[in-house]
Amino acid sequence: MTEALTVQLKAGLDAPICLTWELTYSCNLACIHCLSSSGRRDPNELSTAEAMAVIDELAAMSVFYVNVGGGEPTIRPDFFELLDYSVAKGVGVKFSTNGSRIGHTEAARLAGTDYVDVQISVDGATAETNDRVRGEGSFAVARRAMDNLAGAGFGPFKISAVMTRHNVPELDGLAELADGYGAELRLTRLRPSGRGVDSWAELHPTQDQQRELYHWLLERPGVLTGDSFFHLSALGESLPGLNLCGAGRVVCLIDPVGDVYACPFVLHPEFRAGSVRDPGGFESVWRTSELFAGLRQPASAGACASCGSYDACQGGCMAAKFFTGLPLDGPDPECVFGHGADALATVAAGTVPSPGPGHSKPVRLSLSRRR
Amino acid sequence: MSFDSARAYRLHPQVALRPEPFGALAYHYGNRKLVFLRAPELVELVRELDQHPSADEALAGLPEARRTAFRKALASLSGSGMITETTHD
Ligand code: SF4
Ligand code: SF4
Repeated sequence: MTEALTVQLKAGLDAPICLTWELTYSCNLACIHCLSSSGRRDPNELSTAEAMAVIDELAAMSVFYVNVGGGEPTIRPDFFELLDYSVAKGVGVKFSTNGSRIGHTEAARLAGTDYVDVQISVDGATAETNDRVRGEGSFAVARRAMDNLAGAGFGPFKISAVMTRHNVPELDGLAELADGYGAELRLTRLRPSGRGVDSWAELHPTQDQQRELYHWLLERPGVLTGDSFFHLSALGESLPGLNLCGAGRVVCLIDPVGDVYACPFVLHPEFRAGSVRDPGGFESVWRTSELFAGLRQPASAGACASCGSYDACQGGCMAAKFFTGLPLDGPDPECVFGHGADALATVAAGTVPSPGPGHSKPVRLSLSRRR
Repeated sequence: MSFDSARAYRLHPQVALRPEPFGALAYHYGNRKLVFLRAPELVELVRELDQHPSADEALAGLPEARRTAFRKALASLSGSGMITETTHD
């Protein structure tokens, strides 16, 4: 009980705490900030049998739950089969959905399953704000899914929003929306990953909005954040939760084809640790990959070393730095003191890593009114 | 119900413990809480809690110096539902 918890966590755990598993790249929406550039199914997707083998491994490693996402995970025809299999093995399932496939039958089925949490994504408290990011009609679809879950007596589901310049003014509205359903509100940070690489500059909250969000969150410790706003802790009192980048230490991602990445927001060859299809499976990737071993070494504070808030902020989010072309050992692009914005101004055009081809549909429908 | 070390406690049946280098992680499948048990001795204490007629007697086996800290840890684990009072019928 001597070392600080963050020091112990930075050295890595025997199994991840926060494991995200994107079941498919297939999606019926085309959100402009999609972290995984989803749209088309990857033909090389893990089969049902392969997915079950991964669940067996997670159960053996005592992974308590997985955060299932995509794409839209419920598009997989074996979605409920995998969900039941996982729950039966003691690996709880928390899944994110756009709600398009949560009808009455599915809601009733979910209400009857233990150890499953459902998270409906909306990116605003109004259709107008939400639909400009997630596509025309997507708010109504999400509301119908919420109605269905409430009607089926599911209990407190989660309503999850990615904070943008457009929806920070709707924070209270989001809280009311959740309260109206007896739901929990979950707010997470927008990162420049996937299609977000292109939309981040125009969508990310302003400095003033970051302050507003920080104070709003401090007053509402019950709002869930996935500990994603720890860069805001540099403003003063720390937000509740773990103030550290957990990539490869307590966090990782399994993508639809079984590739393992350090975190859901770094889908890039540089952060690919291996594959669940490798001979040693997921366990050996988690425990022995060179990439993860490197991430578990103490990191240098770089240009943040002279900042009095480094202990609270830790230099912010590695993914946000990487995809904006900033050095990984310097300030976050959204550094509350503006050091990131200054650094961004010096990033040479053409040197920012590309998120790769991704799985966006070839012709992206213009679902949003992008200015 | 507040923690009373004169009473008997046990690990909640919906709680799973996973050993880690620093001790263990405890996860409650019911209330979805995750807690860090940051000393191997605390993990052992929690695991064997149900074999003692009271939390005090379970603590009695520990060196004096650790008893206070571990009693506090048990109180907090009881607050988060990780350990629960043993009911006799
Ligand atoms: S890279 Fe960013 S999103 Fe990923 S674990 Fe670190 S802080 Fe979180
Ligand atoms: S300079 Fe670095 S450590 Fe300080 S607030 Fe900015 S990002 Fe955080």
